[in-house]
Amino acid sequence: MFLILEAKSIAPGIRRFVIQAPRIARKQQPGQFVILRLYEHGERIPLTIESSDSAKGTISIVVQSVGKTTRLLNSLQAGDTILDVVGPLGKPSEIKNFGTVVVIGGGVGAAMAFPTAAALKRVGNTVISIIGARSREFVILERELSAVSDALTVTTDDGSYGEPGLVTGKLRQLLDQGTHIDLVLAVGPIPMMKAVADLTRAQRIPTIVSLNPIMIDGTGMCGGCRVLVGGKSRFACVDGPEFDAHQVDFDVLLQRNSIYRGQERESLAEFEHDPEAQIELVRTGSAEACVLAGGRS
Amino acid sequence: MSQPPAGSANPLPLKDRMKIPRQSMPEQPAQERIFNFFEVNRGYSEELARQEARRCLECAKPTCMDNCPVGVKVREFVQSIVAGDFRGAAAIIRQDNVLPAITGRVCPQEDHCEAACKLHKKGESLGIGYLERFVADYEQRMGIRHVPTAAATGRKVAIVGSGPAGLSAAGDLVQKGHRVCVFEALHELGGVLVYGIPEFRLPKQIIREQLDYMRAMGVEFETDVVVGRTVTIDELIEEEGYDAVFIATGAGSPLFLGIPGEHLNGVYSANEFLTRINLMHAWQFPAYDQPMVDLHGKDLAVIGGGNTALDAIRSALRLGARKAYVLYRRSEAEMPARAEEVKHARQEGIEFHMLTGPLEFLPDEKGWLGAARCVRMALGEPDASGRRRPQPIAGSEFDVPLSVAVIAVGTSANPVIQSTTPGLDTDNRGYIAADPATQRTSRRGVFAGGDIVTGSATVILAMGAGRRAAKSIHEYLCAGSW
Ligand SMILES: Cc1cc2nc3c(=O)[nH]c(=O)nc-3n(C[C@H](O)[C@H](O)[C@H](O)COP(=O)(O)OP(=O)(O)OC[C@H]3O[C@@H](n4cnc5c(N)ncnc54)[C@H](O)[C@@H]3O)c2cc1C
Ligand SMILES: Cc1cc2nc3c(=O)[nH]c(=O)nc-3n(C[C@H](O)[C@H](O)[C@H](O)COP(=O)(O)OP(=O)(O)OC[C@H]3O[C@@H](n4cnc5c(N)ncnc54)[C@H](O)[C@@H]3O)c2cc1C
Ligand code: SF4
Ligand code: SF4
Ligand code: FES
Repeated sequence: MFLILEAKSIAPGIRRFVIQAPRIARKQQPGQFVILRLYEHGERIPLTIESSDSAKGTISIVVQSVGKTTRLLNSLQAGDTILDVVGPLGKPSEIKNFGTVVVIGGGVGAAMAFPTAAALKRVGNTVISIIGARSREFVILERELSAVSDALTVTTDDGSYGEPGLVTGKLRQLLDQGTHIDLVLAVGPIPMMKAVADLTRAQRIPTIVSLNPIMIDGTGMCGGCRVLVGGKSRFACVDGPEFDAHQVDFDVLLQRNSIYRGQERESLAEFEHDPEAQIELVRTGSAEACVLAGGRS
Repeated sequence: MSQPPAGSANPLPLKDRMKIPRQSMPEQPAQERIFNFFEVNRGYSEELARQEARRCLECAKPTCMDNCPVGVKVREFVQSIVAGDFRGAAAIIRQDNVLPAITGRVCPQEDHCEAACKLHKKGESLGIGYLERFVADYEQRMGIRHVPTAAATGRKVAIVGSGPAGLSAAGDLVQKGHRVCVFEALHELGGVLVYGIPEFRLPKQIIREQLDYMRAMGVEFETDVVVGRTVTIDELIEEEGYDAVFIATGAGSPLFLGIPGEHLNGVYSANEFLTRINLMHAWQFPAYDQPMVDLHGKDLAVIGGGNTALDAIRSALRLGARKAYVLYRRSEAEMPARAEEVKHARQEGIEFHMLTGPLEFLPDEKGWLGAARCVRMALGEPDASGRRRPQPIAGSEFDVPLSVAVIAVGTSANPVIQSTTPGLDTDNRGYIAADPATQRTSRRGVFAGGDIVTGSATVILAMGAGRRAAKSIHEYLCAGSW
């Protein structure tokens, strides 16, 4: 049972949570994630740890509403509890002085890239950040990222804020200007990561992406999160989630992430039919489950 | 010779005992059970149990017991059944086996106790597993169970993993007065017993009852802890004050075939397929949120011939599959699955295709799995496992149309603990190296057992390792020297 200490909307459909999880807070490193389950009937979903405070024993996550589970989660408030949170999972990002690093975050990817960007800055890299959003109100973590970046560009699809266009437009501009880049880190929607990989491949700029396949256990037990990297099967939850972008087969990932589209729609429709009832189930369901699980604290 | 042994509760002369046929297990009819997840075997009645127990010859040298990996005193408990003292029978089993309701259901008895039963040579062996299950279920129904207590020793033991190896070690150690905490990576306790073996073979309620009993004995449990990530073995010892650690994390990581098309939607590992169904209740979607592909009217195959393969394909059948095949590259004689599961699967209409190996998974027009290209095999010379090696027959390729394929060809060692515990030796396959008698590893105070040491084996072998570990942990804690 994990207590939510803070819950705040930071953009339409995007919320930031601070959760009490002392064991995880102590061990978290940039690039790692948790898997959580909201209530007895819930599914397990992975979410990147945006930051942690080992002294306070807390971690924070930034969640974008896409389907039932994230909608449910984003309906919870401070004082509510989450039945299961396990982590930190996945390999931490490689943190060393590469030189100049371009960090690209698309949508909620900005929050996922933030801890790595901050760590890269701490060890002396020049950090150039590019974050993209649909429009002005969807821009997240601009202040936090700019505090750890030597330069930060915001792009919006509709041009309502920052530079109009896509993050790849800005990246292309940097490349065309002959900016020296030692590493690119791209986190966001699969088509965005694929486009970044295509751009940097020609110039052989080392590029890392953080992949988001469908996961269950997150410990290497199920193999559901397997991705095709360099023609080989890798488990994103233990071998990743970060991989060499130029080796990743993004089409396979896109296809595998669509397996449950029909069921996901059904779940969401059920949620939208009566959100309050579902939220109530999380609140009461997790209390009952606590007794079942033997009163774990 | 034919007279009953002196003092026997069973008045029947031995030759009359041998005339009693083996009492068959009442079963849910195949045509009904393929539509539900209720248990297939319904269990003996008291009368059936006593009748079956009367068949036992009360051998002076009970070979049955020697062939049980934990040495259950079969002859003694069976005689208590004959005498109608079912609770006494349970107490006898419990001296050696803390999970009789589970082993009675899932032990490969035909390889262990029943294989060595004297009656086996003369016809059919005693139904030892069925009797063990009967006794355990009886005890549970009666609800009275003695909860042993022991004076606290002040020592703390951490157990990593809540499968049968971890649970049996925890049960033994707490009875010695040690404080025991079991750490489990998943949100539910039980290991393969909960995420792997389906409800129709091992109802989850049985595991829950077992866990309640262990809690009553004082065992503590902490779920959602991936040791190696959430906390390391060294931190457990140095910072959390554990005096000893027992690693029982199971074999864990699924193997794939490494053939083209394994990434197609519709190709699953058995672990994922069974985890979705058992642990995550995907078969109750949408009442439970975790989805799985709709199997209704679909053709489906499992690749492999073990218990895992049969559990997956029989689950699929219950979820509406139209055709359900087992594709196995060796012959039926080599299939590692329990004999009873093979029998049940056949009754349920599962089609077995022996000496068949997949070469490639082929996509349909939407890019999902459409078929498996297979090749026929012939058995050649014996390989390292002593089984005859299957060799593909050139030119025998053929396609099996399929919507879903489940790969159940075994597991390998999950490296999370090994890679985060300095000084912990592994064998050349990555399994933890442990002394087979004491379960000691290369690290002082750290023990390991079960599938993470042997590779995937059986519930009772894992429990046997747990018991040996508990014994040597206790000795280590008492002596204080390694
Ligand atoms: C390592 C990792 C880190 C992530 N970090 C973040 C984060 O910090 N913030 C954030 O908002 N999102 C993050 N995600 C994505 C997040 O897990 C999905 O948005 C979420 O699972 C969707 O669940 P749902 O029920 O709301 O939507 P659904 O309607 O069930 O699914 C919507 C889409 O999300 C994906 N998805 C569904 N189930 C899972 C699952 N069990 N595991 C992974 N993906 C799934 C599928 O592509 C699916 O089509 C991360 C994913 C991964 C793998
Ligand atoms: C589908 C299936 C059917 C089977 N059927 C039978 C059968 O009929 N009869 C039979 O005898 N055997 C059967 N087996 C084999 C048997 O289940 C195993 O041999 C046995 O469960 C091994 O026990 P274990 O305690 O070593 O490991 P497991 O049962 O695998 O338990 C290990 C536990 O450790 C946890 N864990 C792993 N890593 C960590 C970590 N880092 N930190 C914390 N926890 C961790 C896992 O989540 C798991 O809960 C079957 C196996 C499968 C998969
Ligand atoms: S534990 Fe298994 S092998 Fe031992 S007597 Fe019981 S059923 Fe037989
Ligand atoms: S070997 Fe068979 S007949 Fe003999 S004591 Fe054991 S169970 Fe009874
Ligand atoms: S999520 Fe199961 S192996 Fe990665």
